[in-house]
Amino acid sequence: MADKVATREAYGKTLLVLGAENPKVVVLDADLSKSTKTADFGKKYPERFFNMGIAEANLLGTAAGLAAAGKIPFASTFAIFAVGRAFEQIRNSIAYPKLNVKIAATHSGITVGEDGGSHQAIEDVAIMRAVPNMVVLVPADGEETRQVILAAAKYYGPVYIRMGRLDVPLLFGEDYQFEIGKANVLREGTDAAIMANGVMVSMALEAADELAAQGISVSVVNVASVKPLDEETIIRVAKTTKAVVTAEEHNIIGGLGSAVAEVLAEKEPTPMVRVGLKDTFGESGKPTELLEKYGLTKDALIKAVQEVLLKKQK
Amino acid sequence: MTALELKRVANVIRQDIISMLAAAKSGHPGGSLSAADIVATLFFNEMRLNPKDPHWEDRDRFVLSKGHAAPVLYSALAEKGYFPKEELQGLRQTGHMLQGHPDMKKTPGVDMSTGSLGQGLSAANGMALAGKLDGKDYRVYAVLGDGEMAEGQIWEAAMAAAHYKLDNLTAILDYNGLQIDGKTDSVMCSAPLVQKWQAFCWHVIEVDGHDIDALLAGFAEAKQVKGKPTMIIAKTVKGKGVSFMEDQAGWHGNAPSLEQAEQALKELREEAENLG
Repeated sequence: MADKVATREAYGKTLLVLGAENPKVVVLDADLSKSTKTADFGKKYPERFFNMGIAEANLLGTAAGLAAAGKIPFASTFAIFAVGRAFEQIRNSIAYPKLNVKIAATHSGITVGEDGGSHQAIEDVAIMRAVPNMVVLVPADGEETRQVILAAAKYYGPVYIRMGRLDVPLLFGEDYQFEIGKANVLREGTDAAIMANGVMVSMALEAADELAAQGISVSVVNVASVKPLDEETIIRVAKTTKAVVTAEEHNIIGGLGSAVAEVLAEKEPTPMVRVGLKDTFGESGKPTELLEKYGLTKDALIKAVQEVLLKKQK
Repeated sequence: MTALELKRVANVIRQDIISMLAAAKSGHPGGSLSAADIVATLFFNEMRLNPKDPHWEDRDRFVLSKGHAAPVLYSALAEKGYFPKEELQGLRQTGHMLQGHPDMKKTPGVDMSTGSLGQGLSAANGMALAGKLDGKDYRVYAVLGDGEMAEGQIWEAAMAAAHYKLDNLTAILDYNGLQIDGKTDSVMCSAPLVQKWQAFCWHVIEVDGHDIDALLAGFAEAKQVKGKPTMIIAKTVKGKGVSFMEDQAGWHGNAPSLEQAEQALKELREEAENLG
């Protein structure tokens, strides 16, 4: 078993399972099926696969029509084109009538890498989270992606699934249980908590290990379901640790950090530090170098925990 | 229904449009009136529907891409019995089901939420694709405005419908030549539309959009076309049926006052009497 797999790879494999299980599942792509990994579904179920060409507005609108006629469409393209180019189609043709469309977006965040800032969606979670009726899911590894895709297919209504291009460590086994609206506490600690999703989860676990060696006990919470948000778990962990760091491969404005801050500000005011892109676009480069440059690393998380512990002492 | 009966239905729809807009004190009369004959012909002759079961799987689908003409659709639905006619008086009012633009979640018989221009044809494509996939023989009808021909998504959808050979799809262009800011040709010229749709590999039919017989013939022809979608370019008059609204861009999005509504209804009742 490979120790690393991109979430988009897991998406492609899970589509094949879904294709066999549920004849209502159809897949649409915008000339990126080799990159989004929908191509295998297209080969196996050509009659249920629609390449819409480089035309994202029509891609999402057609998905809406398919859903209105009873299908379960997975509409795939890069996050920047789905949420960016076709925002209003998502809003008015899909979310407003609460149609059963799954927007499966790959190549999110700066780990897109070499293609550069123009192709790195860093605001998609913020945008999708602000749309009523929309569920927003950000899986951390291959297994969680598999479960997210299956859960999205089972749920009736629009779902935005944010996936990445980069190979990421496998964190979970089949005993792991993802549920829409539930956060998973991966590690219980008492001094501080890191609430993370996507590629940041594995780094959060590494940071917690290293901090444990320094005698600092850190909870790690995987918040794959950004919306609906598991307020109960977030509040419970914040009450225990009284210090929270959020971590996401996304602008610090509007994403997971904002979602957690909103809940805690109203219900359990807690010292916080948000780790993410500091309101800046990305650039071309190797994904790992970009993560380093933009402060999305294990070391950045360790620093953030130390910072939030100082805030807590005040 | 005969052409004469359909004309009577269109007349009733026009009266409904005027009275509901006057009650709402807002809305879009011009493009609702121009589409009345098209919508009457579709709902009362062409389409296979069951008002008692709005979600019937085998029904023909209707997408009003020019969603601001919602009153024409609401009147047709009420006349068909999808909901009581009294609802028409609640148009655009808080807590009522008839939204300013069609909302499939709130109004029985509305197959797609529309109104943000340029999006309806894509949804219609999706429904037509689903019909083909399921081996169903239902047809999908989409009414488009000429103003929204400026939206790029229309042409993305035009390309895709031809690519997927959606011969179960008929689009109707309500070609009234006017939009909010004036003549469509001066705001953003989309002509020549016949050649454009032909170039996108559609079967194109040109009709007078107020001539019921021509509309009936157009829909019949569209059903015979195999391997490609059909665009019926229906030349219409904005504000049709109300003398002071006809061909006036100013009546795109303004409701008539009570006096103006009375005058309009008087003209429409006279027309009804003349129809016999």
